Amino acid sequence: FSSTSPKLKKETVTVYFVDFQGNKQTAKAKVGDSLLDVVVENEIDIDGFGACEGTLACSTCHLIFKKKDFDKLPEKPTDEELDMLDLAYGLKETSRLGCQIIVTKDMDGLEVEIPGGVADAREPS
Amino acid sequence: GNKSQSRSSSTHKDGNPHICIVGSGPAGFYTAQQLLKGHPSLRVDIFERLPVPFGLVRYGVAPDHPEVKNVINTFTQTANNDRCSFLGNVQVGKDITVTELLKIYSAVVLAYGAAADKLLGIPGENLPNILPARTFVGWYNGLPEDKDLKVNLDTETAVIVGHGNVALDVARILLTPVDILAKTDISDYALEALRKSSLKRVVLVGRRGPLQVAFTIKELREMIKLPECRPVFHKEDFKDLEKIFPDLPRPRKRLTELMHKTCFGPTADDVKLWNEAKKEWELKFRLTPMEVLSSAGQLTGLRCAVNKLEGSNFENQKAVSTDEHIDLPCGLIFRSIGYRSLQIDPAIPFDKKQGVIPNEKGRVTGVPGLYCSGWVGRGPVGVILSTMTDGFDVGKVILKDLAEDHIPNLGRPGFQGAMKILEERGVKMVSFSDWKKIDEHEVQMGEKFGKPREKIADVQNMIKILTHEK
Ligand SMILES: Cc1cc2nc3c(=O)[nH]c(=O)nc-3n(C[C@H](O)[C@H](O)[C@H](O)COP(=O)(O)OP(=O)(O)OC[C@H]3O[C@@H](n4cnc5c(N)ncnc54)[C@H](O)[C@@H]3O)c2cc1C
Ligand code: FES
Repeated sequence: FSSTSPKLKKETVTVYFVDFQGNKQTAKAKVGDSLLDVVVENEIDIDGFGACEGTLACSTCHLIFKKKDFDKLPEKPTDEELDMLDLAYGLKETSRLGCQIIVTKDMDGLEVEIPGGVADAREPS
Repeated sequence: GNKSQSRSSSTHKDGNPHICIVGSGPAGFYTAQQLLKGHPSLRVDIFERLPVPFGLVRYGVAPDHPEVKNVINTFTQTANNDRCSFLGNVQVGKDITVTELLKIYSAVVLAYGAAADKLLGIPGENLPNILPARTFVGWYNGLPEDKDLKVNLDTETAVIVGHGNVALDVARILLTPVDILAKTDISDYALEALRKSSLKRVVLVGRRGPLQVAFTIKELREMIKLPECRPVFHKEDFKDLEKIFPDLPRPRKRLTELMHKTCFGPTADDVKLWNEAKKEWELKFRLTPMEVLSSAGQLTGLRCAVNKLEGSNFENQKAVSTDEHIDLPCGLIFRSIGYRSLQIDPAIPFDKKQGVIPNEKGRVTGVPGLYCSGWVGRGPVGVILSTMTDGFDVGKVILKDLAEDHIPNLGRPGFQGAMKILEERGVKMVSFSDWKKIDEHEVQMGEKFGKPREKIADVQNMIKILTHEK
């Protein structure tokens, strides 16, 4: 960084990750980061999360939104995101891939669900 | 990881659980990750037949899918854990037996995958140029035992038997413009052979219909958008399917809709791409291979029985052959109809029919302290994600057994005990820091050609790099 560039103080909001047993983990989320970045930076404990590191090649970053939050997300999922979601366990109508969701200012207080450990219903490949 | 091959004697018979994992693919690494996370003093040693880790992530996943290989970063973190060691170039069942490992370790986890392929079982299958898809994959990925594969690409049409992701991988590698492949970590000899290839058509043959294909939508979409290539789908296979879309589960629905749209309503961009295409791939349904056709010992085609589907529920519809048959002219055939595991040691209970190790939630039937994880126990289906879930689950089962004292064999010699036996037998072990040297070397060699790496496809050459470095 050159010293003349304006220091951007990144705005942060608070986001909660709730697992299937109801345990809540709190994270500081920088506006403009993806929810995958948020999980990594806050060391949120989710087994195997983000295996492909945000390249739309895994679906381990699967998160479930509340309907009202889901409807407010600015970007609709692309075909490629939907393709990966098809392989996710415990898929719901309001599922998205965390690496594709960019944090915005109005997400303060957002609660997202970490899908439960369902290991059955596997599609053969 | 083991920075050197020796370790402080404090780990010797220290009362901690010492777990041995056989195989360093996703199942081995994800099981190790779960075990290390769930116990503060447990130790894990990962044994691998090859000098290099990561199983099918290195040797299966296609070279043009580098994103998928990002899981290697997490595996590397696990291997870097002080309580984890990698012992490469050790073939369990030959260099050291499972019975020996069970005596040295508190528990042994078999995670050695499913390397053998299933045969078609038809006349002519032993002719040249009819190949297991897995061997071809090993060849283009630089797997030492497959590097000398004899494959003749001087033919216009190849047939692939199977409608799974591996079949699509093989088709894509055969049809992708070589200049694109040249920027991947595909083996140099495979790239050279593909440059000279005369292939124009790849035909994928399946026993059942469009509702039973096993490939996934991402791989299908990629094929439909493949540069300079056109899909050939037959309208009669897809007509009326739209009527049952509403009844299908979401993944099956989206997959079928994409095939249907490709057939009946492609976009203008798609049509433009296909009109300019030089090569094509074709999906053929309801065919069962009967006989390989040949003339003067040369493959000329594949004779297939025409099937009809029986049963009302599409998920378990059966293919039943009729009296009709058709001949598909071709000069190259791949079979991609599934795999089986091998029994690497007589001490392992084995289901010869299914080709898997019999187990209950990962606990191998009848042998306390023996577990299995991944394809070797689950069967060879599913993506890395499913293997990950299985690896985590088996890890949790072992942690539970430890917590409930079902694994009483703590204070075993573990690593040191194994080292003693292997050193006595003159086995040249490769550590994780050794692998990092091989890795660096491969990346450097790749830079010269604008590739992410140039794999060393020869075990002796891998070992040579290490002796030169020392
Ligand atoms: C061709 C191909 C392409 C694939 N592509 C993808 C993809 O793009 N995306 C995806 O999600 N999934 C893909 N998969 C699926 C994925 O690779 C599997 O889900 C996963 O690798 C299974 O893991 P595993 O650890 O059970 O077996 P493996 O990955 O096969 O690992 C087994 C390991 O055990 C070692 N071993 C074998 N015998 C011994 C022995 N006697 N002693 C010591 N070690 C031994 C092997 O060398 C190997 O390293 C692909 C599979 C194939 C076959
Ligand atoms: S991290 Fe792999 S798809 Fe999001």
